[in-house]
Amino acid sequence: MNGWKRAGRGGRRRLVATLDAQEAAVLRGLVDEVRRMLDARSAEQPRDELAEITGLDTGPSTRPDDPVLARLLPDFATDDADLSGALRSLHEPELIAAKEAAAAVVLETLPGAGGRIELTPDQADAWLAALNDVRLALGTALDVNEDMPDELPPDDPRAGHLGVYHWLTYVQDGLVQSRMALL
Amino acid sequence: MGRMTAAPPPLPTVDPVIVPSPTEDVTGDVPWQAIVWNDPVNLMSYVTYVLQKLFGYPEPQATALMLDVHHKGKAAVSSGDKEKVEGDVAKLHAAGLWATMQKA
Repeated sequence: MNGWKRAGRGGRRRLVATLDAQEAAVLRGLVDEVRRMLDARSAEQPRDELAEITGLDTGPSTRPDDPVLARLLPDFATDDADLSGALRSLHEPELIAAKEAAAAVVLETLPGAGGRIELTPDQADAWLAALNDVRLALGTALDVNEDMPDELPPDDPRAGHLGVYHWLTYVQDGLVQSRMALL
Repeated sequence: MGRMTAAPPPLPTVDPVIVPSPTEDVTGDVPWQAIVWNDPVNLMSYVTYVLQKLFGYPEPQATALMLDVHHKGKAAVSSGDKEKVEGDVAKLHAAGLWATMQKA
């Protein structure tokens, strides 16, 4: 991965980068893992008869116990538990659907063995959201804070994953800068 | 808020003359506000981009709001009736920002 470049003009503007096979495999694995966590959360809430008839899903009204899922699916309010629960129940299915749609765009546009990635502005937005979800998941699991060093001592079990986290940060920040230039 | 580890992206200079205070500008005398909270993962560049994209704010205003989030821990980024703000918070969640709503 050597940064994002802009290509094309007008309606054919594209954001282009190249990932090697290992980078593509790591990214695919992480995006897929987040998608599976979200799937599992959805599966906890059985569709009731009313949902089958109306096609309107309602989600759970309580925050996930898992800290990663809780960060991906935040509360709507800090000072009103009833409101927060009601809004979670109403919005969580569509939030999970939006995150899974973004993940699907990454998985579709990422060449299996690595290689050139060419994104429309809309696809770039999906990549930004999915990269952000993966960084939120990894950052929460690693307990990342604002003073996180670039590297942890080699005997820290989080050391390898922190390298991946920093790489994702580089990929996302480069894509944000390139995407902003198209606004 | 997260930064690039090698070299933080340069932030545009914010001209205080043309950029009204976000507090005055975005949250008038209205019943509900969408609040974005600081978190250590979301990039400053990404938060700015999301505020531009979702709300159509010009870059100086989006940057000023992002810096408020970064330095003060939170900022009101939109306001309006309950239904509108609820929709704004849902969009912020889809983008991965840590957002809540409250009465202004």
